[in-house]
Order: sequence, then C-alpha cells, then structure tokens
Amino acid sequence: MKITVEFGGGAELLFDNKKHYDVELPENTEWTLGRLLFWLKDNLLKERPELFLQDNSVRPGILVLINDTDWELMDTVKYEIQPNDSILFISTLHGG
Amino acid sequence: MPFCSTNCGNKAILKRPKTGDTLCKECFFEAFENEIHFTIERAKLFRPGATVAIAASGGKDSTVLAYVLKLLNEKYKYNLKLLLLSIDEGITGYRDDSLDTVKQNRDDYEMPLKILSYKDLYGWTMDEIVAEIGRKNNCTFCGVFRRQALDRGAHLLKVDYLATGHNADDIAETVLMNILRGDLARLSRCTAITTDSGDGIPRVKPLKYTFEKEIVMYAYFRKLIYFSTECVFAPNAYRGHARILLKDLEKIDPSIIMNIIQSGEDLKVNENAKIPTLTRCTRCNYVSSQDVCKACILLEGLNKGLPRLGIGKSSKVKRLLQENEEKETNRLVCNGKDNTCICKNSKVPIIK
Repeated sequence: MKITVEFGGGAELLFDNKKHYDVELPENTEWTLGRLLFWLKDNLLKERPELFLQDNSVRPGILVLINDTDWELMDTVKYEIQPNDSILFISTLHGG
Repeated sequence: MPFCSTNCGNKAILKRPKTGDTLCKECFFEAFENEIHFTIERAKLFRPGATVAIAASGGKDSTVLAYVLKLLNEKYKYNLKLLLLSIDEGITGYRDDSLDTVKQNRDDYEMPLKILSYKDLYGWTMDEIVAEIGRKNNCTFCGVFRRQALDRGAHLLKVDYLATGHNADDIAETVLMNILRGDLARLSRCTAITTDSGDGIPRVKPLKYTFEKEIVMYAYFRKLIYFSTECVFAPNAYRGHARILLKDLEKIDPSIIMNIIQSGEDLKVNENAKIPTLTRCTRCNYVSSQDVCKACILLEGLNKGLPRLGIGKSSKVKRLLQENEEKETNRLVCNGKDNTCICKNSKVPIIK
C-alpha cells in the first residue's frame, strides 16, 4: 500500500532532515496509524525516538494531520490507513 | 468524519483544544483571528495611531503574530504602524538562517525591519559567549541579553509598543516555572497582557490566549513560512521540564492551559511576601530589581574572564562585585599565582 509521510515544524530533524517520504507498506496486515508510528520508528527514524513517540502515541506537542485533517477528528491511533493517504507530523516544540 | 460545528456545511479540519469545537478551514481562520481581535479590544491593547514593533524571530509565533496583526490592522482599522524588530544573537547555523525568514516576512508583509546584534550591543556574540561559559548556563545569558536588547531596540525605533509572540502555552509554562522556583515577583506579573518595563514602552502579548496547537495549525493552513530549527546550543533544561509536564497535562485535558493562566491571574500575593522593588541599574540605567542589573553582571563576568559571575544567587554576586571593586581600588597587580586575584590568570577559581 502506497502512502506519503511528511514532517514539518522541526519533526523532520529526527527523520534525516527530509520532509517528504513516499512509503510502501507491506500488504499483509491492517494498518492503523498506531502501527504506522512504530513502523516509522523502526524504518525511517534516525535519532532520539523519545522525541517522537511516547506511550504508544506521538509525543505530546506533535500534531498529526491525516489528508490535511486533524487526527483528533479521525480516531487518532485507531485510524485505519487507506491507500494514497497523506500523513503529516508537525512539531510544535521547536523554534523561537 | 465530522462537519463544522457552525453548521456551515463544510467538512471539519480540526478540533479546537480550547473549546472542543470542530471547525472547517474558513471558520477556523475566522475564529482564530476574531479571538485575537477581541483580546486586543477587551484589553485596549493599542492606542489608535500608535507605532508597534513586533519582536520577530522568524519562528511560528512571531510569524503568525505579524501576519494576524497586519490582517486585523487593515480589517478593523486599528490605524497602527507596524514594524519588525529582530535580535541577532550571533549563533551560526541558527539565527543567521532564521533571520532570512524574518527578511521574507519583511517583504511579504511590507513592514520595515530593524536587526540589532548582541555583538553591537554587548561586544559579544553567543558563539563567543558559549566558547567562554560552555553549554550549561548559556541560555541564561541569551535570555537576559535578548530581553534587554528588545527593549533597547524599541527605544531606538521610538515605538509606542513592543508586541511579542508569547502564546497561552508559553504563559502557562512560565506560571508553572515561577511556582517551581518560588519566584513570586515574576509569578505575579507573568500573566499580565501588558507589562511596563519601566521605560514607558509597554510590552504586549496579543497571543496570550492563543493555543500553540492553533498557531501551528493556522500557520500550516495559511501556508505561512516559518523557521523551526532547534537552537544549536542545548535548549534551556529547566523550561524543558516545565514544558514536558505541561504538554503531558494538556494531553489529558487542554483546558488545563487556560486554568493555569487563570490561576496565575487571580492569584493574590501575600502582603508579607518579600517582593523586590524595581529600581534602575547604577551602570546602564536599565530597569532592575538590583543595584546592578543582570545583564551588566553577566557582561562584567565575561569581560573579566569570570563568565560564571551572575549565574546563581544574587547575594553571592553582590559580594563578589564588591570584592572586585575593592581589589580594583587597591590596585593589586596580578602575578598569575595569587590565589585571591579574580582575573583569569588565577589558578584558583573564586566561584564554584
């Protein structure tokens, strides 16, 4: 299943400073967003996983948008990923 | 997928942390901007016709502040003259890049921009300061110097107000920090929407009630360009702890942010509590709660090769400054071996 994963607001710093990834997920299972988080940690994350994940979700302060919609409207980690979805992670914790 | 709470018929794009409302993009823009407008109106934040310097770092908060102030100024005819004021701390790979973002703001929002550097104001860049002090207390220098630099910039530009991008999360975080430190003087004034640093130029916080999540969402949906790289020097650890605690609490219930701000606002400080009175620094004439302001103490430490002066208790600093002055009047000449000399040739560090 093909999806795109994007990072912004400083979250990209944990992912090789790349803001855009085209991702091909293995088809043998149902993909929830929660499962994707761990897949990202194991496959794309380059450093400091504790700045990305906390207690089976993203670290508080990281916003998640699914196809440009706040994941809080889409069941957060329980959302079932569909082909061609675009998942964006924006950190609110950087800058100033 | 839910629809917009306003019954406009559009698909919702976000859940508001403050109210739990689900809003579509257009209704979110309107709610976000109107709330800031009401904050400005209710507090009578600006006098019509005034000149306002926006403290601009190129980050999300000041970028959104500049954008929204320009928009509201035109929409509601505040009749304000807006300009951007930036501080160049001299941090290679961080501030030099973020200043490019501020220059973009200047062009996009058609506002004049003034950049003041630590090097010009204090004779030291942050790169040079970190080379002296290391990476432990560097944020103290940067914070003290920046605050004063912004005030000096506001003076130089002869503005009527200095607007900063502090948001609701920042203020709640500061309330928590001041409680954790037992700093009543700061606790009692950190929630004020307008503060006067004693020089007649009020500092105002139009985003005081605006949540960080909404600022980032607003910047994203408005496609505003901002700079989001972490400072190359270690982030302020103490604020970091307060921030993590707050973000964890916010996850449980976002209204905790507003509750903390409200607690800070409503808190009455015991009349018997010792609150330092504001006076003027005997050296630079800047507003200070001590005879010599923090910036001057830090600067003296740097210039005399004692960079740790000013880190820690003010009573200790007072004693050291006095000793230092006595020594200077006695005109002691350092031979590099004298254990009592405070110069950098001394083998024994006076402060530990």
